[in-house]
Amino acid sequence: MIHDQANYERDGEDVREPLLSEKGEETVDVREESPLPDDLTREELTLPNPSEPETARHYTRLSQMNWAIDAGPYPLGSCTMKYNPKFTEDVAADPNAAIHPDRSARSAQGNLELQYRLQEALADIGGMDAVTLQPPAGAAGELTGILVAKAYHEHHGNDRSEVVIPASAHGTNFATAATAGYDVVELPSGEDGRVDLEALEAAVGDETAALMLTNPNTVGLFERDITEIAEIVHDAGGLLYYDGANLNALLGRGRPGDMGFDVMHYNVHKTFATPHGGGGPGAGPVGVVDELAPFLPTPRVRDTNGGKGYERFEPDHTIGRVHGFAGNWLVLIKAYAYIARLGDEGLADAAAKAVLNANYLAERIDLDVPHGPFHHEFAATAGDRDAADVAKRMLDFGVHPPTTKWPEMVPEAMLTEPTEIEGRSSLDDLAEAFNLAYADTDEALDAAPNRTAAARIDQVGAARNPRLSWQALDGE
Amino acid sequence: MSRANGTPYAPHTDEETAAMLAAVGVDDEEALFDIPEPVAFDGDFGIEPRTEREIRDECARIFERNDDLTEFLGRGHYAHYVPSVVDHLSDRAEFLTSYTQYQPEVSQGFLQALFEYQSMLVELTGLDVANCSMYDAATALGEAATLADRVRSTAGDTVLVPAQLREGKRAVLENYCDGADLTVETYPMADGTADVDALADRAGDDVVMVYAESPTVRGCLEERLAAIGEIADETDALFALGSDVVALSVLESPATVGADVVVGEAGSLGLPTSYGMGLGIFACRDDFLRQVPGRLVGAGEDANGDRAYTLTLQTREQHIRKERATSNICTNQAWVALRAAIHAATLGPDGLVDLANDCVREAETLAARIDGLSGATAPVHDRHHFREFAVHVDQPAGVIAEDLEAEGFAVHAIDDHLLQVCVTDLNAGRTDGLVAAFEGVL
Repeated sequence: MIHDQANYERDGEDVREPLLSEKGEETVDVREESPLPDDLTREELTLPNPSEPETARHYTRLSQMNWAIDAGPYPLGSCTMKYNPKFTEDVAADPNAAIHPDRSARSAQGNLELQYRLQEALADIGGMDAVTLQPPAGAAGELTGILVAKAYHEHHGNDRSEVVIPASAHGTNFATAATAGYDVVELPSGEDGRVDLEALEAAVGDETAALMLTNPNTVGLFERDITEIAEIVHDAGGLLYYDGANLNALLGRGRPGDMGFDVMHYNVHKTFATPHGGGGPGAGPVGVVDELAPFLPTPRVRDTNGGKGYERFEPDHTIGRVHGFAGNWLVLIKAYAYIARLGDEGLADAAAKAVLNANYLAERIDLDVPHGPFHHEFAATAGDRDAADVAKRMLDFGVHPPTTKWPEMVPEAMLTEPTEIEGRSSLDDLAEAFNLAYADTDEALDAAPNRTAAARIDQVGAARNPRLSWQALDGE
Repeated sequence: MSRANGTPYAPHTDEETAAMLAAVGVDDEEALFDIPEPVAFDGDFGIEPRTEREIRDECARIFERNDDLTEFLGRGHYAHYVPSVVDHLSDRAEFLTSYTQYQPEVSQGFLQALFEYQSMLVELTGLDVANCSMYDAATALGEAATLADRVRSTAGDTVLVPAQLREGKRAVLENYCDGADLTVETYPMADGTADVDALADRAGDDVVMVYAESPTVRGCLEERLAAIGEIADETDALFALGSDVVALSVLESPATVGADVVVGEAGSLGLPTSYGMGLGIFACRDDFLRQVPGRLVGAGEDANGDRAYTLTLQTREQHIRKERATSNICTNQAWVALRAAIHAATLGPDGLVDLANDCVREAETLAARIDGLSGATAPVHDRHHFREFAVHVDQPAGVIAEDLEAEGFAVHAIDDHLLQVCVTDLNAGRTDGLVAAFEGVL
């Protein structure tokens, strides 16, 4: 696998695709033709001015220096890098769906219907009673869910100050709780990698607003004691929050609502295959049980007349809004199309194949996997090798490496999630890349990667001397 | 080869599945699930799988239920014509199906594109730092308030915002302020822009942030931004300016009027009208570099001494700093930022300035034509306008808006006798129809 199409040599010099600004800028006198008075306008504007063919080449070359799901395996643990079905792009590009959010409900029945249908499908899949589509990403979904929990407690005259989070949870959980104004109580993991019930008993109390839990957890283990966990949290008056990052493992076999969870978010860019787009846009719908529905963001959508019409409404005790409008609409359309394509059987099969793939891959690699039985992902340990170095070497073998050095409970962790989209031969290739890199010499690991557009990047140096724009590079 | 009924996006043939199960040492996939029986689900969702063709038909039929209206709508969600090259380049799978650049050596393309996007925002704002996106203008404003709370040493906890502010934006701000124990208060407007004297009277050391917009939610250009900046500066409050990427290409640079932070919407480049989906701008002065929310791309060097790009200053972020992170954001709007950058590159500075100038001229022209109709006055505010303006109607605004809708045009009804109309290159060719319809319903 070659990553260096746009990285070439000329006269003995390494040549990369230049910055747009380096290809030519133009300065425009803004005031010359401005209909505005001078004191409201800037004097001039300087920006690149490539022609369309130059623009096309620039971005095509950049694209050639970028790994992607369509290029090969991308087994980042907790990221669920699935294939993004192409037809969903065409469904989302329907010009009739491209309407303004301030349209009257009467004139926006199509969009409202799709919103309603997606709300219903997600509620069914999660075992929840009510869903909002407004949160524009998973972290935004977390914040929405925790603000809903907070509003619920306050409504019942029950101010609480703490959110309990297992040490192995995603970093967002901690940041979300803090953003919502809560103190974080960190729950140490049990020896088997799961929640320790005694530690949980000790951690919860009158101040507990919620426990945020990922299930299967971040090393792929199902929290077998989920019923007891729910009981402990509920007995303390707290709510149980489900982080949907790992929902792909449960599709059709377990529903958070049936396990006692009160509120959850869905990562549609993980579980429902909408493209990750280099880091967004995603969407993070939130589902809740009936008791929490009155606190969801406004507006929600409901049907007025047995599917003959749809309307927006404001939940009685709404927390207000978490996005300026209706969230990441184009992403939501793609999620709807994906769910429709798979249906009940396809969703359950996606989970089955995702779990089979993780188990098969783990079987084929020489690295130890300390915790099991895992589901859709596993945390291998690089042992006395540096997981980050092994990952860099894997790049030379034509695959993207897994998430490294996280979660911390596994030393030199390589958190691996192949998803259902890899077939056996692809998994064999991935295993070979693992094994070759893991067994390679220290020198080879230090020198890696060799076949990528850039050699190993000095990230410490980049952070020490931040240059965040081409303006900051002037004179170099 | 046969594949059993299931997801069409798993390559496994039945033979391969059997071989893999054998390698793992189980009889079937069920055996791999460790879900206790009492919480296992064996019901149906009742979702019938459909073919691609069926889903495309189904969704096309659903979306046809949206009325075919010519929209003169804005108030925070704007679109301009998006050149085809933006779709075709951004839809390249290498961009669309990639993820966060955790392995920068194999992600140089997207990193460079985001670096270029950041640089364009630096030019447009005059500020030192721009991140590679927030979700939208409203959440960017919320993040600005929490940044103000962290960097300002003032004793207080008040965030001052204009009385005329989009309700949804304010509601989002309130949610971010809730967790930081900040209180949102308004300052009055005078004829569509900030009442600067009243703002000066209200300012004080309980204020952590003063927020102003140009253009405002009613499309007015704020004429005294420097004075607002001074008021904020005198009380050591952060001055956050809300704007729009197209407007910024002609308006006075935020840095020169003393803005500490610029937030706003950049989705007016790169995105078609998309039901409110956006692209949040977040730019600020160097002083707050280590307090910036979200992702930053920096230039550095690789082992060969060549320039290379990487996500940087990640110790601000949730996956490292956890509850002490500057924000909980991780996934953002990166691909939309890519689209905005391609759109801006396609326009060049000339094209951007022309587009912005048209936003001023078209609004002025349309307002004058509506003003010429009996029963309507426009613009309501004696200000320069960008894209949109308020219209006073003698009859109830809600009734007029409904009547216009029946004629095939959508406008905002914003108060008992106030409408708002937004005009861009997308609907400028339909203004004759709008004016005729107005005349008919007034």
